[in-house]
Amino acid sequence: MLTLQFVPYEEVEELTSNERIKKLLGMVKDERIVVLEGRLRKQEEAELIRRTMEEINERFKGIEVSVVYPEKKKGTFGRKLKSNIAEMLLGDRQGLTILGPASLIKEIRKDPDKIQLFTQERKAKKKKR
Amino acid sequence: MLDVVQKFIQKVLRELFRRRRNLKLGLYGPPNGGKTTLANRVCQDWLGEDMGIVSSIPHETREIKIKEQISIKSGKKELSFNLVDTPGIATKIDYEDFVKHGLSVKKAKQRAKEATKGVIDAIKWLDDMDAVVVVLDSTYDPYSQVNITIIGNLQARNIPVLIVANKMDLKKSDMKKVEAAFPQYNVVGISAKYGKNMDKFYEALFALVK
Repeated sequence: MLTLQFVPYEEVEELTSNERIKKLLGMVKDERIVVLEGRLRKQEEAELIRRTMEEINERFKGIEVSVVYPEKKKGTFGRKLKSNIAEMLLGDRQGLTILGPASLIKEIRKDPDKIQLFTQERKAKKKKR
Repeated sequence: MLDVVQKFIQKVLRELFRRRRNLKLGLYGPPNGGKTTLANRVCQDWLGEDMGIVSSIPHETREIKIKEQISIKSGKKELSFNLVDTPGIATKIDYEDFVKHGLSVKKAKQRAKEATKGVIDAIKWLDDMDAVVVVLDSTYDPYSQVNITIIGNLQARNIPVLIVANKMDLKKSDMKKVEAAFPQYNVVGISAKYGKNMDKFYEALFALVK
């Protein structure tokens, strides 16, 4: 059975980078697939990979992670302005981050505003948006 | 605000030190993208020797390797740099994958242990680079989070980036997909193995560190 855990942005907003990574990695190590509202900062993403490597052993093989983020579309001045204002107001709250243990998730494909998550177990395919 | 000041100081210091010493050119990317093959190609072209061992088994390069004082020339232009070949960055490492490639369990576990350390070192070295060539396998999906994380981190550190879409000699190679994934960067399609388009790669390198 797969456990999906939704983490609202409020739950990580006030945490330090260290605490955020610890929390997310902890959930993943508990065999849960985490759907985080928003995204990590770039340095936090690299730190997440670094910390994952430190934790790898015969049981924990690592993580699969993917971020869906609204692309800045080419368009009219009004559209661009709207998108920039949304980015200013929402910041890292925009988008979705999906991460889970590599023992459960075979692959996450991004295309680029759609995520396909392939599980290890029955090779069943789930689509998320 | 502090972040902006910090970035500015980093940039000024990097520029200052770059003028005083050879610049560090890093090769980054996921495992098996062809970083060491490209490093060997560059070293063969300008030094007449190889830099590292290549293998079809992922994570062959598990330690940072540096080849110092490579000078490349194009017309009147000359560029000297230290080439830094880094282990492939991955989010998962399973020793059983190495067993599937024919390694013994003992050797596979050792390789996995070294590979995790290699990834940690590669991430640590990001801050030391003056410019980076991100080497991607153009037959693979470029939208992987590892690629996005590497490039995003280089961007956040104000480090100039050139993207290489390697293995363009293969049928499945899709250079346009790589370009579409990273439209804000210069993408050069090459075959490091066969030396295809290396002249364009060197031109792009000059432009990267001008």
